[in-house]
Amino acid sequence: MNINFTLVSQAIAFSIFIWFTVKFVWPYLLRAIEERQQKIADGLAAGERGRKELELASQRSSEVLKEAKQRASEVVIQAEKRASDIIEEAKQSARVEGEKIIAGAKAEIQHEIFSARESLRQQVAGLAVQGASKILHREVNAKVHADLLASIEAELK
Amino acid sequence: MSSETGLSPTSYIQHHLTNHTTSIGDGSFWVLHTDTLVMSLLLGVVSLGLIWLVVRKATSGVPGKTQAFVELLMEFIDDQVKTTFHGNRHVFVAPVALTIFVWVFLLNAMDFLPIDIMAWIYEHVFGLHNWRGVPTADVNTTFALALSIWILTIYFSIKVKGLGGWIVELVCSPFGKNPLLWPLNLLFNMIEYISKPLSHSLRLFGNMYAGEIIFMLLGMWASTGVAGTFFGAVLGAGWAIFHILIVILQAFIFMMLSVVYLSMAHESH
Repeated sequence: MNINFTLVSQAIAFSIFIWFTVKFVWPYLLRAIEERQQKIADGLAAGERGRKELELASQRSSEVLKEAKQRASEVVIQAEKRASDIIEEAKQSARVEGEKIIAGAKAEIQHEIFSARESLRQQVAGLAVQGASKILHREVNAKVHADLLASIEAELK
Repeated sequence: MSSETGLSPTSYIQHHLTNHTTSIGDGSFWVLHTDTLVMSLLLGVVSLGLIWLVVRKATSGVPGKTQAFVELLMEFIDDQVKTTFHGNRHVFVAPVALTIFVWVFLLNAMDFLPIDIMAWIYEHVFGLHNWRGVPTADVNTTFALALSIWILTIYFSIKVKGLGGWIVELVCSPFGKNPLLWPLNLLFNMIEYISKPLSHSLRLFGNMYAGEIIFMLLGMWASTGVAGTFFGAVLGAGWAIFHILIVILQAFIFMMLSVVYLSMAHESH
């Protein structure tokens, strides 16, 4: 156990090794490790963000789906209502048209009846005048009784 | 086995505990333990160089197995430092901890190399007589490390608190600001400043030295014959397995103590 100059040289060697590690070994390794830590942290954050976005998107999509379903059912209800309205309207207009046709037909019939009755009356009056004139022809001078005949004819009309 | 003639337990152990020395001047201080220096420099350059090669190509993407291992090591040490040191540890303290842990662990791990086989290799392959393979079993290494940390603690104390603040702390803590207590405080702090590097270095040295000695003692069973050799080998294997724990633990303790001392230097009492 003798102390000698070896101690000094070992101390010098030690300080050189320390200097080397401080300068060339530790910083590079530390940088690599810290960069990797950053990368991992970023990756985890990105994953988390993706998960949140997915959640949000699925929520939004279900909302959209719900809204679409609601809209669709509204459209169906509206369409049904519209259809029944149209049917109702058609029924209404058909009824009105029918009534109009019936009314026209009735008026036509009335007119026909009236004109038939008129012509019948004419014919009856003619026949009556003819008959009367035939009867009177023998005893009555047509010229004398013309006034009378005219008055009968007017009465029959 | 050692090639020395006249083999006795004493000469055997002495042979293994003698450093390979190179004299660089007059007097007993100007001597270098070549074995300690070469082994520690070799291990430091190889281990830190390998780590540097991995780190230079470090990717922030998916790491390779080697990079993952180095990162594991780094994060293990970083976790330890984080619990103790509350400043910006990445600037200095954590890299120092990494250096100490890797280096001291490998220096300690040299103990696993079978002592006599390695002695034979050193002697017959490299032509080196008396070559000790475990630098941390040399008190020069552990003192060098502990004193470097000690100087760093003083440096950081002065840097963080200022020279005045450091002196005030020397005389005013831990007992109080009363002038009557100043000598006592100073004495207390001096004892602390002396005992810190001593305990820091001698703990590591003692453990590794003792480990080496026990390997040698177990190795001496071989001198009692075949049965003794076998017995010694089994015991040696057992001790080696237990020694794995000591090697890692001592490297870890040395690192943690360094971190604790450096943290204490950064905080005022």
